[in-house]
Amino acid sequence: MADDAALPADLLPAAFADWFATRGWAPRTHQLEMVARARDRRDALLIAPTGGGKTLAGFLPSLIELSQRPPANTPRGIHTLYISPLKALAVDVERNLATPIREMGLSIVAESRTGDTGAARRQRQRVKPPDILLTTPEQLALFCAWEGARAYFEDLSCIILDEIHTLHSTKRGDLLALDIARLQTFSPNLRRVGLSATVDDPDVIRRWMGFHAGERDDAPPAVDLVLGPAGTPPIVEVLLSEGRVPWAGHTAQHAMAEVYEVIKKARTALVFVNTRFQAEFAFQELWRLNEDALPIALHHGSLAAEQRRKVEAAMARGELRAVVCTSTLDLGIDWGDVDLVIQLASPKGASRMVQRIGRANHRMDEASRALFVPANRFEMLECQAAREAIAENRFDGDPPRVGALDILAQHIMGCACSEPFDALALYDEIRTSGPYRALAWEDFEQVVDFVSTGGYALRAYDRFRRIVKGQDGLWRARNADTILRHRLNVGAILSPAVLSVRIAGRGGRAGRKVGEVEEGYLEALEPGDTFIFAGQVWRLMGVTALDVLVTPAPASDPKLPSWGGSKFALSTFLAKRVRELMFDQAHWSVLPADVREWLELQRDRSLIPAEDEMLVETFPRGKRHFMVCYPFEGRLAHTTLAMLMTRRLERMGAAPLGFVCNDYALAVWSLNPMDGVDLDALFDQDMLGDDLEDWLAESYMMKRSFKGCAILAGLIERRFPGAEKSGRQVTFSADLVYDVLRRHEPDHLLLRCAREDAATGLIDVARVGHMLARIQGKIRHAVLDHLSPFSVPMLLEIGKERVPGAAGEMILAEAAEDLIAEASS
Amino acid sequence: MTALARTPAPAPYAFAQSPCGGLEMEIMGAALRMRASGALLDLAHQALIVADLHFEKGSAYGMRGQFLPPYDTRDTLDRLEAEVAGLEPQVVIFLGDSFHDGRAEDRLSSDDTARLVALAQGRTLIWLVGNHDADGPRRLPGQVVETMTLGALVLRHEPEPGEQPGELSGHLHPCARVSSGRGTVRRRCFATDGTRMILPAFGAYAGGLNVKDAAFAGLFARPPLAGALGRDRVHAVGWRSLTSD
Repeated sequence: MADDAALPADLLPAAFADWFATRGWAPRTHQLEMVARARDRRDALLIAPTGGGKTLAGFLPSLIELSQRPPANTPRGIHTLYISPLKALAVDVERNLATPIREMGLSIVAESRTGDTGAARRQRQRVKPPDILLTTPEQLALFCAWEGARAYFEDLSCIILDEIHTLHSTKRGDLLALDIARLQTFSPNLRRVGLSATVDDPDVIRRWMGFHAGERDDAPPAVDLVLGPAGTPPIVEVLLSEGRVPWAGHTAQHAMAEVYEVIKKARTALVFVNTRFQAEFAFQELWRLNEDALPIALHHGSLAAEQRRKVEAAMARGELRAVVCTSTLDLGIDWGDVDLVIQLASPKGASRMVQRIGRANHRMDEASRALFVPANRFEMLECQAAREAIAENRFDGDPPRVGALDILAQHIMGCACSEPFDALALYDEIRTSGPYRALAWEDFEQVVDFVSTGGYALRAYDRFRRIVKGQDGLWRARNADTILRHRLNVGAILSPAVLSVRIAGRGGRAGRKVGEVEEGYLEALEPGDTFIFAGQVWRLMGVTALDVLVTPAPASDPKLPSWGGSKFALSTFLAKRVRELMFDQAHWSVLPADVREWLELQRDRSLIPAEDEMLVETFPRGKRHFMVCYPFEGRLAHTTLAMLMTRRLERMGAAPLGFVCNDYALAVWSLNPMDGVDLDALFDQDMLGDDLEDWLAESYMMKRSFKGCAILAGLIERRFPGAEKSGRQVTFSADLVYDVLRRHEPDHLLLRCAREDAATGLIDVARVGHMLARIQGKIRHAVLDHLSPFSVPMLLEIGKERVPGAAGEMILAEAAEDLIAEASS
Repeated sequence: MTALARTPAPAPYAFAQSPCGGLEMEIMGAALRMRASGALLDLAHQALIVADLHFEKGSAYGMRGQFLPPYDTRDTLDRLEAEVAGLEPQVVIFLGDSFHDGRAEDRLSSDDTARLVALAQGRTLIWLVGNHDADGPRRLPGQVVETMTLGALVLRHEPEPGEQPGELSGHLHPCARVSSGRGTVRRRCFATDGTRMILPAFGAYAGGLNVKDAAFAGLFARPPLAGALGRDRVHAVGWRSLTSD
């Protein structure tokens, strides 16, 4: 044990010290340090890898305090509130906490409360609060919108925020930060405790955890940093497949036999993939090879909850040899016996990978083992770069977050539902939260007006205010109905509309439910087509309002939708490392022979750019001309870049026809040659000015982000399953609202929110901006007479992508042509 | 998934694309032009027909505390005025549900009211009543009627069940959904079998009902043609190209 000398010897009461002893444990330094910080009433952020006794470190001070409190005449309020990003994790921690409480014979009640908690228990928790309540950010937001929230939380001594690294840079994190600020007002002595996995910059999280009233803006973070032990570095290998590494594709089909052999040698393996399609595909492939009938299961967000629970239970009992899963298993819940993590296709970021690897071996003293399986040649570079970054203990960083105003609107409404508020006092309180530290008074006022009247220049709703300022200067909710409606719409999670996949019964009736898919998932399929879902092949029979009807098609070869890639963007940090690896020829020895040959060919036929340069190739092919650039900035940023480039190329007379993007590069093709295009002008930073504005205003992405903001801000109500109106004229669509608002009040608060969301989340404008700055004067142009080795993967993706822009009109026009053909046949 | 989906290929429809992007078709001998705006022009009578404007739908939600942008009436009027200015019709016929509710006329801003009054200058306004506005407007210029005839055509708000040769109606807010490998579009549309026609909703906030919905079953003598509203053109889309939601 490291230098315990600095810590007072009496930190642990005898009962606790004995308990550690009977279990054969010694308290870890960071656990004791958390006790010491609590004794000084300091806020603390504990950063420790998985398996470091992190959760216990967070709870230990509370357990000690609770065990020492004197008897009381009246029921006491909640002492410690624990917030987890996942319902399942809250329930899991409740179970884990029961052990020390029971074994030490402590009189402490710890209970979870999630969306699944029964009404009776919820009611009891309200009347007679447990000592420790374990819940989620959404439930906390509901608590804070209660009448009487202040009294309920006035004795709150500690709030523990688990897995903060997954929350702090999201809208859920914004909402949670606001609620923490609220709780701190209710209970000024509240102590904040954060638990996080290893991150690039702990100060970002320390600031997110908030400030104290009256603290200066430039004061250092008020939260102490406690570092857990580093843990044994994981052993990461990249599968250098015996089959050739494919040029393109995302399925890693070429390596599946090797993956199966690796699974056979492991005790239990988690096989992570990036998309549900990949999960279904890998599961199918593994079972095709599964001669030993190993128990291999599938787990992803589209499966029916019951089916997922079955897999989780089998896993907990140690009955499975492998689970193919998506990010649904990224977090927290301890399943013990996993000894190998396999990442199929590229990891996209070093930090996420470390999280996933952490799922193997929840013990500190043994190294976790992981195997990366690249699906194509660029991914081979990426996997090697990620492996090296992890070995050097280097991570990607999230930039500090500025809180979203739609979430602020929801929070302000929640505050009014709970009790009347004074605008100035609430403004001061909000600014103690990390994400809203720099909130301007004007923005705050605008949001309050939005909550009250919708905030329109046309003051149409002043008579119908949702919150009203009284004679006493305090704002309160208009009536009980307003409050009820707010409560039904609390939370920052937006789930896309989902359809149930059901087996078609007789007469086209919907039968047993197989799972759920997001709207649009099966868009490319026609009735009669076959696809893989929940590990089986199905034939699509039709889609009704809420159901996808299917019949089993076990023997057929599925028409797998050609949906590739990852929803995660390649991290900036990892992209840089990929560029470095690519440029450093001495480094190529870590790559398999065929990938090395590919790089050498590229060097000889075109060129390999330096780490800080961007390569642009132009060449003719067939009747078209191609321009391929390699920024390595992720699919999102590339799509944005390509949209803007084609607008400019159009003006330059190149007559661009289409483009395709992946995480590494983008290709544009055109009618006219692009060899002579002025690349400095094409990639000028002013691209992000008017061109961006024009394109964004029309894009479906703005509509999508507007809808999200409108729901979170309470303009549009959530649709609950089963509550959809059957009538049609009575509903309205967010798209119509967007069009009208954009035409008549383009500067409205919600359009501002939507633009900011689209710019960060959907089109990654910041990253395009940084990239354009990075490559100024560093563009290397290779004019070629035919395609280059690097460009092959791009050209292979052509035809699988949707063509954006005027596509909607084109689809209609084509349908009209079909009709003419129909008519003249 | 209606019975219509399984009927054999329909006989060709006779229609023509007009230079303005509209789609021209005859119903009971009456020459009609479907406009990309969603309005219908009866060429012989110089009558502009619009359905389901739902004026003040935004403020109807607003009264209940859901503050939709209060610009829907203004937006609908912008488009209606543009049609009137471009086509100079002698009559403007509103096919019912022009107002979202019985009190909507009272909530019109004075500006919007003035614009409606100005619209009646030099032409007649005819307000058919609908289920949302059973009494029609009380103070605005124009005549309020239940149904009317226009030559061989019968105009009413809600389509009558069964085959109704010569009927023009609204109420259902028809909408066409077309999918291709590259994506899906859902647009308001005219729906017609050559003997009757259902107009798309013209109002800014009016939602749409897929023409494949059961509500349309039994209204058409044969699988109808959808005149889907494109940016500046009406696309004739056949039944087989349409998909359900």
